Amino acid sequence: MTLRAGWGRFRPSETRVARARAQADVAAALAAGPLIARGNGRAYGDSAVSPGLTLEMRAMDRMLSFDAETGVLVAEAGVLLADIIGCFLPRGWFPWVTPGTRFVTLGGAIAADVHGKNHHIDGGFGSFVESVEVMGAGGRVTRAAPGDDLFGWTLGGMGLTGVILRAAIRLRPVATGWIVQDMRATQTLEATIDMMDATLSAPYSVAWLDCVTTGPMMGRGLVMLGRHAEVADLPPSQRGRPYETPNKPTLRLPFDLPAVALNPVTRHAFNALYYWNGRRKPGPRLVDWASYFYPLDAILDWNRGYGRAGFLQFQCALPQDSARAGLTALLGAIARSGEASALSVLKRFGAQDGRFSFPMAGYTLALDFPANDRSLKLMETLDQITLDHGGRFYLAKDARLPRAVLEASDDRVPAFRAMRAATGAAGRFISLQSERLGL
Amino acid sequence: MSGRVQGPVLILGASSDMARAVARGFAAKGCAIQLAARDPDRLADDKADLETRYGVAVSLHAVDALDIESHAGFVSGLPALPAIAVCAIGLMGDQDENEIDMTRAAQILRSNFEGPASLLAVLANAMEARGSGTLVGISSVAGERGRASNYVYGSAKAGFTAFLSGLRNRLAQKGVHVVTVLPGFVATRMTEGMDLPKKLVAEPAEVATAIVAAVEKSRNVIYVRRIWGLIMAIIKAIPEQIFKKTSI
Ligand SMILES: Cc1cc2nc3c(=O)[nH]c(=O)nc-3n(C[C@H](O)[C@H](O)[C@H](O)COP(=O)(O)OP(=O)(O)OC[C@H]3O[C@@H](n4cnc5c(N)ncnc54)[C@H](O)[C@@H]3O)c2cc1C
Ligand SMILES: NC(=O)c1ccc[n+]([C@@H]2O[C@H](COP(=O)([O-])OP(=O)(O)OC[C@H]3O[C@@H](n4cnc5c(N)ncnc54)[C@H](OP(=O)(O)O)[C@@H]3O)[C@@H](O)[C@H]2O)c1
Repeated sequence: MTLRAGWGRFRPSETRVARARAQADVAAALAAGPLIARGNGRAYGDSAVSPGLTLEMRAMDRMLSFDAETGVLVAEAGVLLADIIGCFLPRGWFPWVTPGTRFVTLGGAIAADVHGKNHHIDGGFGSFVESVEVMGAGGRVTRAAPGDDLFGWTLGGMGLTGVILRAAIRLRPVATGWIVQDMRATQTLEATIDMMDATLSAPYSVAWLDCVTTGPMMGRGLVMLGRHAEVADLPPSQRGRPYETPNKPTLRLPFDLPAVALNPVTRHAFNALYYWNGRRKPGPRLVDWASYFYPLDAILDWNRGYGRAGFLQFQCALPQDSARAGLTALLGAIARSGEASALSVLKRFGAQDGRFSFPMAGYTLALDFPANDRSLKLMETLDQITLDHGGRFYLAKDARLPRAVLEASDDRVPAFRAMRAATGAAGRFISLQSERLGL
Repeated sequence: MSGRVQGPVLILGASSDMARAVARGFAAKGCAIQLAARDPDRLADDKADLETRYGVAVSLHAVDALDIESHAGFVSGLPALPAIAVCAIGLMGDQDENEIDMTRAAQILRSNFEGPASLLAVLANAMEARGSGTLVGISSVAGERGRASNYVYGSAKAGFTAFLSGLRNRLAQKGVHVVTVLPGFVATRMTEGMDLPKKLVAEPAEVATAIVAAVEKSRNVIYVRRIWGLIMAIIKAIPEQIFKKTSI
């Protein structure tokens, strides 16, 4: 037995752990009892920890083929996006969709149907998955493509349809390893939303929100727009090596910081600093891909910054119609509670199909809080506001959602359960999250 | 002999976690790779992986360390005599079983010492005749001092370590370099399920990086993590009178 938790390190649990190196290992593990697949453990909560066996997929990380005509890569599920970028950016390819960390596996990206800063234009990770091979409850391997039931449920299915063994994904041709970033500061939440609504044609768009300041300035922020740079965007000296970017050293947080390190005061300072930093450098500038997409990856193990108790993420999606009111209410509740969130990220979502994927056309807000009773209490309030505005919750970030709240937020739950019962997956693929939420 | 590595690189025991990482390490440098294992059919996906990631040529070969008679034919049957050969073959077994089942104990001794030594000897002779090459033997810190908890495995590794040292000495003036690798704990199939001090366990990729660097710099003996040099120095310094009563 080993202690495992998600990225938030909230309430670790004892679980049996095994490593799969090949398909036969998955079959053997499955024959022995219920399990859940675990990728690189970047989901914040308990979705990749099983009360039975937690089957680590990282060692199944072989890339099997790449078609330079179509950009289709076939790989095992344990391959990291970081490895895909490492191998293919020098050849002119980049993932179409990437979350805010490159240290996720292909399997994890599919199981959560992750979104990037381009969902409003390109959709989620699943839009670029050509096929998946899944080992189901009976140990049989099925290849599924868009349109197939299994495909639809596996995208966003949080490992609960089976173990993803391999997938074929399409990569995006890029001319350089650089992003042209345009950072714009806004003074109010209204202005932030207006700005994001007015810049829908920007390929990448994300905003950081100030969740500390109360009053009219609440929700002021930095809207960061971006697009892949063309060779002509680079300074002449770099045009000959368009994919080369500075190799920034990564830092590692070698020990847990005391919980007070990120107390409201430091978070307040962090927020203000970020705000003024953004004000100083308006207008477009070139940013290397790693700094643009993965600022947090520069500090490995940064999750230790919240101390031993860990931290919690809250991420909801709100439909376009009620997003303004919903976001105002969410930020209001946070401001009133005095629990500033160090990282508050607002993104646009475009239309989304998918049987159980998280996004919906509108906005998504992600916040993190130190794990303590006050945060847990605040999150209940945020749950209610989300429900009141027709929103739903991101299971990849969740560690504490009550079952009733999930059910009230998502009318797809009964069909998901029925699928799990009919395929036998319910008794075979079990995570602490699926048990908590009755999935 | 230092600087850029050149292939082909032969990996013996290519199905092991450590070997897979080592193959990637050399392929990332652009080296052609020869993967050899008892059951090469199982390596088809690993071949595809190296080709897809690094665009290098990869060939698969069958080898059994215990089939000594086959070794000369195995080496002459390779598409090219490798520039570098890495032996990751090893077998730990279960110490309790190794104490009472002498057939099993002999298998452990032979799989860690006799077999790998024979393979490297055949390769060494061919490289000596050519006048160039690098041999890398993955031995173990377990060979540094016999301990109750795994002395059957450890004594075989001790033999292998001594063999590598002698081979290095013999070939030092012949253009052939020998690297001895003494990893501490590594997270592989061999150690899966063992309760090891987390801070001391290396990932296979870390071992691979250390091995590629050791070949580039023509290092003689590496511990992968320096701390193991210190740990083993202390363990070796304990007087036998005291050591025999400990359970390290
Ligand atoms: C700093 C940071 C930023 C992030 N930013 C974003 C973001 O911008 N957008 C976004 O969408 N997400 C984001 N995330 C969340 C992250 O992308 C997802 O949680 C993703 O699923 C993690 O992948 P993983 O490989 O670590 O999977 P894990 O965390 O190990 O597992 C996550 C889920 O995937 C399942 N799973 C993993 N592998 C398999 C498999 N082979 N077969 C079946 N099921 C499998 C698990 O069972 C579990 O349900 C972020 C996370 C971090 C830490
Ligand atoms: N893991 C550690 O903590 C650690 C520490 C120090 C040293 N080492 C050494 O590192 C090396 C790699 O081991 P590992 O940790 O990666 O474990 P592993 O996965 O068990 O690797 C052992 C390898 O040896 C092969 N092998 C065993 N007997 C063989 C034979 N008769 N003929 C051909 N191949 C044979 C196995 O092949 P099959 O797949 O066919 O069985 C396997 O590929 C070994 O020499 C080991 O002793 C390991």
